[in-house]
Amino acid sequence: MNYFQLPLEEWTNTFVDGWLIPTTSGLFDQISEWIAAFINGVTDLLIMIPPEIITILLVLLAWKTAGKGVAVFTLIGCFYLGSVALWPESMQTLAIVLVSTLISVIFGVPIGILSAMNSVVDRIVKPILDFMQTLPIFVYLIPAILLFGLGGVPAVIATFVFAAPPAVRMTNLGIKQVPEEVVEASRAFGSTPKQLLFKVQLPLAIPTIMAGVNQTIMLALSMAVVASMIGAPGLGDTVLTGISTVNVGLGLTGGLGIVVIAIILDRITQGLGKKL
Amino acid sequence: MKKIEVNKLTKVFGPHPKQGLKLLKDGKKKDEILADTGMTVGVNQASFSVEPGEIFVIMGLSGSGKSTLIRLINRLIEPTDGEVIIDGENITKMDKQSLIETRRKKLGMVFQKFGLLPHRNVLQNVAYGLELQNVSKQEREERAKKTLIDVGLQGYEDSMPSQLSGGMQQRVGLARALTNDPDILLMDEAFSALDPIIRTEMQDELLKLQHRLNKTVLFITHDLDEALKLGDRIAIMKDGQIVQIGTAEQILENPANDYVSQFVKDVDRSKILEASHVMKKPKVLTTDKDGPNMAIRKMEEVGASSIFVVDRDDNFQGLLTIDDAIRSHKEHLPITEMLRDDVHTTAPNTPLDDLIGIAADTKYPIAVVEEGVLCGIISRVSILSGLVLGKEKDNEGATS
Ligand SMILES: Nc1ncnc2c1ncn2[C@@H]1O[C@H](COP(=O)(O)OP(=O)(O)OP(=O)(O)O)[C@@H](O)[C@H]1O
Ligand SMILES: [Mg+2]
Repeated sequence: MNYFQLPLEEWTNTFVDGWLIPTTSGLFDQISEWIAAFINGVTDLLIMIPPEIITILLVLLAWKTAGKGVAVFTLIGCFYLGSVALWPESMQTLAIVLVSTLISVIFGVPIGILSAMNSVVDRIVKPILDFMQTLPIFVYLIPAILLFGLGGVPAVIATFVFAAPPAVRMTNLGIKQVPEEVVEASRAFGSTPKQLLFKVQLPLAIPTIMAGVNQTIMLALSMAVVASMIGAPGLGDTVLTGISTVNVGLGLTGGLGIVVIAIILDRITQGLGKKL
Repeated sequence: MKKIEVNKLTKVFGPHPKQGLKLLKDGKKKDEILADTGMTVGVNQASFSVEPGEIFVIMGLSGSGKSTLIRLINRLIEPTDGEVIIDGENITKMDKQSLIETRRKKLGMVFQKFGLLPHRNVLQNVAYGLELQNVSKQEREERAKKTLIDVGLQGYEDSMPSQLSGGMQQRVGLARALTNDPDILLMDEAFSALDPIIRTEMQDELLKLQHRLNKTVLFITHDLDEALKLGDRIAIMKDGQIVQIGTAEQILENPANDYVSQFVKDVDRSKILEASHVMKKPKVLTTDKDGPNMAIRKMEEVGASSIFVVDRDDNFQGLLTIDDAIRSHKEHLPITEMLRDDVHTTAPNTPLDDLIGIAADTKYPIAVVEEGVLCGIISRVSILSGLVLGKEKDNEGATS
């Protein structure tokens, strides 16, 4: 099938090495600095607060949003993370997940809103999201390292690429799902587009948007191991060490830690979505 | 001045509406345009006007363009061509901000599927229009509570729409439209989703509210009974065009074409025609401010030998004849003592059939009274002529 030569590999490398990195490195250094500061801040905070206090806060949150059962599970889960001596790693992972999720929401929700209101934006955004979700992770890990170096920052960027699409898609869906007659009624009484958005469309889309945020968090957690491959600290790192030293026990201990955090965050965000 | 004026209003749905418009102007029909171009004609060069305080009903089968037409009035749908003029202002040429202002101040709308905000309670729904205008929370809730009383929903302020029955939800819809105190109510099949008893109740309520608040109402329905009951005038639509405009009597008596006759053919005239359909707004005398001189003048004006008398709240008091008015003038007696109460009164929904007997043996018009309030009068002639003309038509139909 080699009818004509497509030097995609060469072009990409020339583009990345010859143009992208030199011209944009200043910008990326800046972004990199901000994100690093953000991650460090959150991590330091989570590690500085005594585990007991975080546990109490999490249990209360779980109780308020998701009920007694989840609160009990959260308590047991926190005890587990402490007893296998993985508390600091757990907090590191939690920090990266929180930061990635926050960035995903900050970009994802507004883009979702825009694409729900404007079909041109929608047509541009859809294929980009498909691309973000189907492109093998390792393909963008490499440029992420080139642009942002090793550590938490490229991990957050890669996680963002992988985890942001549900936030965009579910926001879009949530807004489009608002019944036509309700939108029509609001316009008939003289709402401006802004009033329509904030008084009708967003409030009615919140449960769907929260379902998107929940998915984003889950995807971000599922990236924990991959993130550690490019130098992010945390439970992913524990699992990787377990794999590379053929220490099945260590791998399992770390892996279970990720599962525990996943279940706690999942139940809490689901509960929150129903409450709002 | 007319309240609403609609001139050659047209809507073509599709990628090239202007092309569709040209075909319409060349006299092509809705189905031809659909077959040739794939575009749907929603409304085809509709023209009509609505008087202040009038209930104007638009009637037609499903797909005839009623919903599109009413949404062109407040530009929820952008017209392809033509104009809508409200209080002398051209809605179709307005910029966005003035349009929003007009919707807020002048146009209330009630929807078939209610269109309530499901995440807000009844009070917040009813106050929504004022909230959009940034009226303070206290004032808007006060006004919303007042309209809730008007529609009989006090006590339900904190309920969520989903907890209410259909009829109650539509009362909320009606209250929401009234809270802005607009001059015009646009009602798109507002009662069609309700069961028959609630529906009749809501119709009566609307008539009462309209009588009290004197709104101009544009009411859409596919139901002839509803149209006859509510409409001062009725427009009948077919394939986006208005095929006839007239009063209930005119439409029943002279259907413009087969389509309209189809609509009205099953109507048993004497049954369907109710007192409210043939009654006329009378010139009245008000006890508090008018004396015998005024009475004589008014009777002269309309060339009648008697006049109906009401109090300040339109409550029916009785009938004053010209002879009694003159006597009252000469002997300086208050007119309230001269009133005759041997006048026949009837409810608005009385079938004409039941009035035939009365019409035959009274020499005064019949007063149509609802809960003490005088709504209109019916002359003997209008009952008898309506029925006789109807019978003749039926006979023709039977022999041919
Ligand atoms: N957004 C739209 N796009 C394309 N065609 C439309 C649109 N809205 C309405 N139409 C078409 O316009 C015509 C008139 O529709 P409209 O909804 O005004 O009818 P209607 O008289 O209100 O009917 P119904 O009694 O069913 O409510 C129909 O042929 C309909 O298919
Ligand atoms: Mg309709």
